Amino acid sequence: MSHRLESGGRLIDRSQPRGFTFNGKSMRGVKGDTLASALFASGQVLVGRSFKYHRPRGIVASGAEEPNALVGLGKDRTFEPNARVTTTELFDGLTAESQNHWPSLEFDIGEINAKLSRFLPAGFYYKMFMWPRAFWKHLYEPIIRMSAGLGRPPRHRDADHYEHFNITTDVVVIGGGIAGLTAAKAAGDAGAEVLLLEQTAHWGGRAPVDGVEIDGQQAEGWVEETLKSLEAMPNVTLRTRTMGAGVYDHGYMLASERITDHAPDASVPRHRLWRIRARQIITATGAIERTLSFAGNDLPGVMLASAVRDYVVNFGVVPGEKTVVVTNNDDGYRTAISLKSAGLNVPVILDARDEAIGELPEKALEMGIRITPGRGIAKVVGKGRVQAVHICNQSGDGAAIEEVEADCVAMSGGWSPVVHLWSHCGGKLIWSEENAHFRPDPERAPTGADGQAFVLTAGAASGELTSDGVLADAHKAGQSAARNAGYEAKTGNAPTSPDENPKPMQAVWNMPANAPYELRSKSWLDYQNDVKVTDVELAAREGFESVEHAKRYTTLGMATDQGKLSNINGLAVLSQALGAEIPKTGTTTFRPPYTPITMGSIAGEARGELFQPIQRTPIQDWHEANGANFEPVGHWRRPYAFPQNGETIDDAVTREINATRNSVGLLDASTLGKLVVKGPDAGRFLDMLYTNMMSTLKVGKCRYGLMCNENGFLSDDGVVARIDDDTWLCHTTTGGADRIHGHMEEWLQTEWWDWKVFVANVTEQYTQIGVVGPKAREVLEKLGGTLDLSREALPFMAFADGAIGSIPARAFRISFSGELSFEIAVPASQGRAFWDALLEAGAEFGITPYGTEALHVMRAEKGFIMIGDETDGTVIPQDLGLNWAISKKKDDYLGKRAQERSHMTDPLRWKLVGLETLDGSVLPDGAYAAEAGVNENGQRRTEGRVTSTYYSPTLDRGIAMGLVVRGPDRMGEELEFAKIDGSVVKAKIVDPVVFDPDGEKQNV
Amino acid sequence: MSEAVSALADARSSGTIEVAEAGLQGMLTIRGDLADTGFSDAIKTVTGMDIPSRRQSTSSDSDTLLWMSPDELMLLCRHDEAEARVQALAKALSDHHHLVANVSDARAEFTLSGEGAAIREVLAKISPADMRAAALPIGEVRRTRVAQVAAAYWFSAEDRAHLICFRSVARYVFDLLKTSSASGSSVGYF
Repeated sequence: MSHRLESGGRLIDRSQPRGFTFNGKSMRGVKGDTLASALFASGQVLVGRSFKYHRPRGIVASGAEEPNALVGLGKDRTFEPNARVTTTELFDGLTAESQNHWPSLEFDIGEINAKLSRFLPAGFYYKMFMWPRAFWKHLYEPIIRMSAGLGRPPRHRDADHYEHFNITTDVVVIGGGIAGLTAAKAAGDAGAEVLLLEQTAHWGGRAPVDGVEIDGQQAEGWVEETLKSLEAMPNVTLRTRTMGAGVYDHGYMLASERITDHAPDASVPRHRLWRIRARQIITATGAIERTLSFAGNDLPGVMLASAVRDYVVNFGVVPGEKTVVVTNNDDGYRTAISLKSAGLNVPVILDARDEAIGELPEKALEMGIRITPGRGIAKVVGKGRVQAVHICNQSGDGAAIEEVEADCVAMSGGWSPVVHLWSHCGGKLIWSEENAHFRPDPERAPTGADGQAFVLTAGAASGELTSDGVLADAHKAGQSAARNAGYEAKTGNAPTSPDENPKPMQAVWNMPANAPYELRSKSWLDYQNDVKVTDVELAAREGFESVEHAKRYTTLGMATDQGKLSNINGLAVLSQALGAEIPKTGTTTFRPPYTPITMGSIAGEARGELFQPIQRTPIQDWHEANGANFEPVGHWRRPYAFPQNGETIDDAVTREINATRNSVGLLDASTLGKLVVKGPDAGRFLDMLYTNMMSTLKVGKCRYGLMCNENGFLSDDGVVARIDDDTWLCHTTTGGADRIHGHMEEWLQTEWWDWKVFVANVTEQYTQIGVVGPKAREVLEKLGGTLDLSREALPFMAFADGAIGSIPARAFRISFSGELSFEIAVPASQGRAFWDALLEAGAEFGITPYGTEALHVMRAEKGFIMIGDETDGTVIPQDLGLNWAISKKKDDYLGKRAQERSHMTDPLRWKLVGLETLDGSVLPDGAYAAEAGVNENGQRRTEGRVTSTYYSPTLDRGIAMGLVVRGPDRMGEELEFAKIDGSVVKAKIVDPVVFDPDGEKQNV
Repeated sequence: MSEAVSALADARSSGTIEVAEAGLQGMLTIRGDLADTGFSDAIKTVTGMDIPSRRQSTSSDSDTLLWMSPDELMLLCRHDEAEARVQALAKALSDHHHLVANVSDARAEFTLSGEGAAIREVLAKISPADMRAAALPIGEVRRTRVAQVAAAYWFSAEDRAHLICFRSVARYVFDLLKTSSASGSSVGYF
């Protein structure tokens, strides 16, 4: 039974209890506990069910590598799935739920899967559920989803908030163990600006637990002293609870800081994502102990040896009373020594090596611990947790020599450097025979733009496994990083540690070496994804020889822990099965983040009101106060209609159109793009950009123009006004302002760089208001001012500058509705005042603000095209009957040659026509005109489609435009448009202009 | 003339720093060949200022010139004098290829005041630029982004920074600055 010891625990404060619940049960820990140590202290060894077989699982590790002990933390708005109990700091009121249990953790129906495990081998999903096809979606998948899985996704809006933090610095050191501290000190002493990150709340890493001695004192004291000196250095920043998450090109890296996870407070950001640009990055990320593959190695109570002593030394808790230690190296003995020192029972140390003669084994022997060289575990047995260990010869086939009663097994399969961050950006690895692990190859580091390495490793992350080696390597890394970043100041010597003189470890991939199938099929490699030795062997037999294929076939290393424990063991087994060398097999790809980071921290501040910038016109407040229904146009929100007094949106649109056509309407057109184009070459520049001639436009006049891309397709349209001799003002669509500005700049900067043209985007300088309808002039004239708005002084397609009332204004006589219409541009700072003045002056005429839908209907009644409705990136102006806007006189314009290609001049292209339903109904948007017969794919043939369709209040019937094969040549023909309900509606091909075709109304 | 109003008149917030909308500010975009002495002489005649060197700014008693790109300057002046400056510059530059546009109302400006380190921290939360004092000294202009929109900012004193964005996103930028300077969210880095 796990429990808290009477004394000990360097990280806890026993005087400060902390209450929490696990699966609804109240438990207690103390300040400084992790959830893992608090669960042990409460006697809770079973913490979850495995992914596939629902096997009972316990805590294996003491840090970020934990595969089993994942819980759902918090409730509702603070719920978070898949939290590792080993990295969760305990606080008062913490609530945790185990995952993948059904109906309860202790009694789980899914455990039957384990009994069926021989029917659920690697690749089983791929093989079993191929047939019948329909069964997958309706039967297999729902059942698998019920029984397999880890955390549930949160169902509520997150109560917390998050932020980003961007910095640029010289050297980032990832990892605050003795290597990281040493590297940071060396780099800092050399003068570099240093940021030192530690993912846990504590500095010093494992050294204090392992009893390391540095510069003549215990590690704990040395860490404290070093920290003090680092804190005193103005060029060094220290950050705990901040994990180096990813390393990317050009010295860019991400770090995830957990600000309030240990002390929830919704008023401050919960996580902060550091976006760091560093000259040099040092990964001092340490090493992770490997598991050993013996039968029953996933039973609760089987743990990493290092984790067992972490719990004893750091938290004063033990997973069990009687711990069998099984190891293939000297380091595992440290656990036996720790346990024995804490007064616990260690019945035996099983050393897979034939000799146990190092300093640590000798010390263990002196303490009276029984050591058996050449032995391993045949299997661990127990119901729901470790009860006994069957001992065998490591070199044999698992015949049990002896059975030892135990409730905990501490295993040590050797250490693998944490190479993830080194590898993220292309750092390569080499295989160390000596330590049976992959370590970073300093000759093949991730390189920056200058071809020089920008990532260095320090300490155990380099593959150094002795304290002295770690310190020397880290000191050197710190110095090198500073030098590479341009700092040369002299630094002191590396700290030193007494020679530990470990004896060589021995690689053990199967325990025992000749374990039969029965044992291998109970030997877990990947705990989290339930992958066993036999699964990887099967993958190899079935031809999944590449490590990347085997990974995906077996799902080895694909769980939320990304195989931190299983990686090396898995590929060693694969190599054995393939009869290949381990380095030949290679590793899978290490991808960021190192451990999962919250989606919230990735989003940062971008949520709620800040999710996306919303562009607001100076009249937006009025729109909101007057019941506007909005639609997104680019990043703007334009009023779609202004429903009043409970009317429907459709009714509002009808009212707005009728008011405009009969009296006067008001449109906020501020969002339209406004680009000033100026210079001696501006005329010829615009002649190239527009299909029609802009250089000949007279000062004071406006012209409607079309812009195409190089492929000839219509891209934007708008009215161009000539301001003076060398200045034009180009209006673009609302969504096109930035895009067309960029388009112009691109051509000016890359192709016509020697043309003297400047472009300025002045879109937001002006509030532009459409005053539209037969009473428009009367309303404006009421306001007075200097402008003569008469037909003679300001004819259709002209503009004039002056003042309306007291507001400086430019009045354009342009119309998109077919009515007498003025678009008035005033400075944005006076836009709202002008709008208010118009409302007041127009009150006697029933002046009516209208939205984009009324705008669209009125333009459609006039047969005007709309970019994005009649165009979709495949439509050329000629398709739309806009040949009148294409200059025949010009040698060239963007799109001209493309429009001469055979496909573009094909008489069978779909062309714009009006469509009039025989029954007066409104055609469905996007509906296709069906033709007789089917195409080569067996689909119904089509001969056209609807591009714009509305109810026209003016005509009291549906109106539409569409693109139809040879449309303009087929006036009067009837087409059948398919409706979604399967029926068809008949429509006649007509002229697209259904309102005032002669333009008499706009030209008054 | 009716009373002109800025984008977010009177918006202010107080957290780790003070954020306030700066009110009406005259701003002119000036395009031209900054290396041409005829051009720079003309600018000096009208504004009394030399053209700032790359990324820098120059100030007179009333106006400030910001370097925006190798062929672009921004002139800051009183809002009600902006049109007059446009006319004066257009006249003075008539012999040179140029563009001068009044963009006073196309922008919003915010003033950030408080401890220099705190201001730098607020900007570092929303902007990728290097905010170290050595990388962005007083008077240097940074054209960059804040979260998802374009912005330019500079320090006029160590305890005072100015940020310009487009008028339409003034509220977004104000909310960003307010959120990023919320009490308790201090990073303690700079």
